[in-house]
Amino acid sequence: MLGLNNKDFRFLLIVIALTMATPILLQPFPEGSVMAQFNAGYPDLMQRFAIFGIFAIGFNILFGLTGYLSFGHAAFLGAGSYSAVWMFKLLSMNVIPGIILAIIVSGLFALLIGYISLRRSGIYFSILTLAFAQMSFNLAYSVLTPITNGETGLQVTLNDPRILGQQVAANGNVPPTNLFGLEMGSSFKLPVGAWEFTFNAGYYFCAVIAILAFYLSLRIFRSPFGLMLRAIKTNQTRLNYTGLNSRPYTLAAFVISGMYAGLAGALLASMDPLAGAERMQWTASGEVVLMTILGGVGTMMGPVLGAGFIKYFENIFSKINENVLHQWFSWLPDGLENIVIWVAEHFVGSGWHLTSGLLFMLVVIFLPGGLVEGGQRIAAMFKRKKADDDSDDAGHHPKQSPHVAE
Amino acid sequence: MSNSNLTRRGVLKSGAVAGAGVALPTIFTASSAAAYTNEPTGGTVTLGFNVPQSGPYADEGADELRAYQLAVEHLNGEGDAGMMNTFSSKALKGNGILGKKVEFVTGDTQTKSDAARASAKSMIEKDGAVMITGGSSSGVAVAVQGLCQEAGVIFMAGLTHSNDTTGKDKKANGFRHFFNAYMSGAALAPVLAARYGADRKAYHLTADYTWGWTQEESIVAATEALGWETVNTVKTPLAATDFSSYITPILQTDADVLVLNHYGGNMVNSLTNAVQFGLREKQVNGRNFEIVVPLFSRLMARGAGENIKGILGSTNWHWSLTDAGSAAFVKSFGTKYGFPPSQAAHTTYCQTLLYADACERAGTFNPCGVAEALEGFEFDGLGNGKTLYRADDHQCFKDVLVVKGKDNPTSEFDLLEVVEITPVDQVTYDPNHPMFAGGALGECNAG
Repeated sequence: MLGLNNKDFRFLLIVIALTMATPILLQPFPEGSVMAQFNAGYPDLMQRFAIFGIFAIGFNILFGLTGYLSFGHAAFLGAGSYSAVWMFKLLSMNVIPGIILAIIVSGLFALLIGYISLRRSGIYFSILTLAFAQMSFNLAYSVLTPITNGETGLQVTLNDPRILGQQVAANGNVPPTNLFGLEMGSSFKLPVGAWEFTFNAGYYFCAVIAILAFYLSLRIFRSPFGLMLRAIKTNQTRLNYTGLNSRPYTLAAFVISGMYAGLAGALLASMDPLAGAERMQWTASGEVVLMTILGGVGTMMGPVLGAGFIKYFENIFSKINENVLHQWFSWLPDGLENIVIWVAEHFVGSGWHLTSGLLFMLVVIFLPGGLVEGGQRIAAMFKRKKADDDSDDAGHHPKQSPHVAE
Repeated sequence: MSNSNLTRRGVLKSGAVAGAGVALPTIFTASSAAAYTNEPTGGTVTLGFNVPQSGPYADEGADELRAYQLAVEHLNGEGDAGMMNTFSSKALKGNGILGKKVEFVTGDTQTKSDAARASAKSMIEKDGAVMITGGSSSGVAVAVQGLCQEAGVIFMAGLTHSNDTTGKDKKANGFRHFFNAYMSGAALAPVLAARYGADRKAYHLTADYTWGWTQEESIVAATEALGWETVNTVKTPLAATDFSSYITPILQTDADVLVLNHYGGNMVNSLTNAVQFGLREKQVNGRNFEIVVPLFSRLMARGAGENIKGILGSTNWHWSLTDAGSAAFVKSFGTKYGFPPSQAAHTTYCQTLLYADACERAGTFNPCGVAEALEGFEFDGLGNGKTLYRADDHQCFKDVLVVKGKDNPTSEFDLLEVVEITPVDQVTYDPNHPMFAGGALGECNAG
C-alpha cells in the first residue's frame, strides 16, 4: 500500500503509531515523583524530537545513501529558519508560506553549494561544505545583519507589515504562529491519575510532516534512484567507468537533503518564531552528523533515534542542578553525599556534553551500527532461541541481507 | 518507484490513512482553563533561573545563580533575610510569596539565543515556572524576553546592558533593574573628559551584537558631545578569544584612547592583548595612551588581574558601597559563599525580591497584576539609593557608579574603587530618545 511492500508498510504504521503516541510514551513517570525530572513529554522537546528527526532523515539521504559526509547542513537549517521568519514578518503568521519559501530557498542554496562542493569527494567535500557553512554563519552573524539581525536573532515584532494577516493580535501582542487559525502553541492537557499528558497542536503538526518526510525518504530508499545512490557509495569509480555520470545523482541527493534541512529550519521557526545565527554554526552541523552516526547510518529509523537521544540529553540532563542532586542523594551520609554530588554534578547541568560524549563513544566503539544495531542485537538474541528449536541449519544458508528499515 | 500498483482499494486505503493523519491535530484546540499561564495551585511557586553556565559569560552566570539561591532562601524565611530588612517596601514576610514556598529550576543559556529560548520554554512548559529571570547577554535577554511575552510569564532581566532591552525590543512582560549603555555613556563621558582632556581621539573595539552596538553608539555620542573624536570602530565576534589581530591596527593610527566595548571573558582577553602590545606605555602627542572599559565588573577585574589598574569604567553596583542595603547583602552573601557578590549577583538578587514584592502587593501571580505593581514603583534600600521602575519602558532609574581599577588592591576582591557616583538625573533620558525609539511595550500577556 502507498507504493510500499508489506514489510515497509507495517514499518511505516509502527512509526506512525509511535509518533502519535509520543506525548504518552515520553511521560512515563507520574507528576511530582522524583523521576518526573526525566519526563520529556512537554511540547517544546517533543517538537524538537520531530524536527531534528526530519533534519536527520534528510541528512541520512545524503550521508547514508551516497556516503558523502556533509559538514555544513546547518547552513540549510538556518536558511530555512530565516526564510520562514521573514514570511512571518512580511506575509502572515500562517506557517504554510514560511515552510514553502524555506524549502525553496534552502533547495536553491543547496544547489549552489552542492554544485561547487560535489566536484570533490571524501574529506575534501566535507571540508568544502564546512567552509561554506562557516561562511554562511559569519554572513548571518555580522555581514548580513539587516537581514538576520546578527547575534540577537531575527524576531517578529509589532511593527512588521504582515500584509496578508493580522499585524497585531486582539490582545495587543504579536499574533502567534498558526495553521489557518490553529495556534501552534495551543495544547490540550489530559490528566490521567497521577500523570498529565500534553497534546500540543504544534507537535502534531511537526509529527505529521515528519511522517510524510519519513515516508518520502522510505520511497527514495526503495526507488531505482536510491539504488543508484547506493551504488555511488559502494564504488563511485566503477560506476563512472560504466559510462554513468554520477554527479547529477549526488547533486539531487544533496539538494533533497538540503530541502529537508530547510523544512526542519522552517518548522523550528514555526514553533518558536526566532532565527538565530548559531543555528548555522559548525557545531550545529556536527550535531546532525552525531545524530546520524549515533542512531545508525543508512538505516531509516536510526537518525530519528539519534536525534531524540541527543535532544533528550541536551534538554533533560542540562536541567539537573545541584539542588536536584541533593534531593536524590539525601539518603546518603553527609560526607559521602557531598562526594557523590561533587562527582555527579560534572556529568549533569552544564556538564551534559560530557555525559552525551561518553555515551557517544560507547555506542561507536561497541555498536558501530548505532542504536539500531543495538536493537537488532537484542532482537537477534530472542530470535536465535527460536531458531535453535527449529533445528534449521541456518549457518549453511546464505544470509539474508539486512532490511534497511530495521 | 519500485512498487506502485494503483488499485481502487489501495487508493481508498491510502486516502483514509492520510485523511486521518491530517485530521488528527485539529482535535487539540482546547486550551487550559487556568486564568493565566502556570497559575500556581499547590503550596509552592516555581521560578525559572536561566543563566549562562557555559560560554564567555559563565562566571557571571555562576554568580547570578548564587544570588538567586540566596534570594530564594531569604524569601522562604531562611537565613538572615539580607536586603529584605532594608528594602523600603515591607510587603514580604519571609513566608515565601503569597504564602507559597518558593522553588526554582535552573537552565543553561549557553549564551545563545536559541539554547536560552529552549531552556526557558522547558521551564515554562515542563516545570511550570511563573517567572523567568536571568541572562548574561543582551542578545539572550532580548530573545528570552520575547518568548516570555508570547508565553505570558514575567521576565525579570538579569545582566543585560544593551539599550535595546528596554528600547526597541522592550516588552510589556519584561523588566530590567540593571542600568544600560546610555547611562554608562552619560555617566562616564564627563569623567573621561575631566581626566584625559576634551580633545582625545578614540578607537573602539566592540563586541558584535546588540549590546556592543548600543554601547558603542552611546559612548561615541556622549564623548563626541564633549569634544572627542572617534577614529574608528571595529566589531569583533562574541566568540573571539584572541584579539591581537584587532589590536595591531590601532598602533598604526593616531588614536590615543582605546574603548573596549567588551564584557566578561571577551574583555579580559582583549585587555590582556592590549597590554601585551604595550598600549599602556604608548605615548601619543606627548600624552599617555589610555584604555577605557565602559562596563566594568569585579569578576572581569579579577580575570584581567594587574592589567586593570587605573582603568576607568562604569558599574551598576559595587560591594564596597556602605549604605545599609549593600552592607546587608554583602554580609549575607559573604556568610554563605565566603566572598563578596558581583554586580551580576546584586541585580539578580534585587530582581527576585522586586518580583516577589510586586506579587505580594498585587496579591496575585498574574503577570498583568505583577506588571501593574512594578510599573512606576519607587523603592529604596536595595543598594542603589532611590530607584524608580519607569512605567514607559520598564527600566530602573538610579545612580550610576564610575569606577577605576584600584592601584593598590588590599585583597583579591578589592579591585575597583568608586571614582564618582553620578546622580540619577544626569543619566535619565526621555523614553522616546532616538537610541531607544522604534519599539513598543505592547499589552501585558497573561497567556
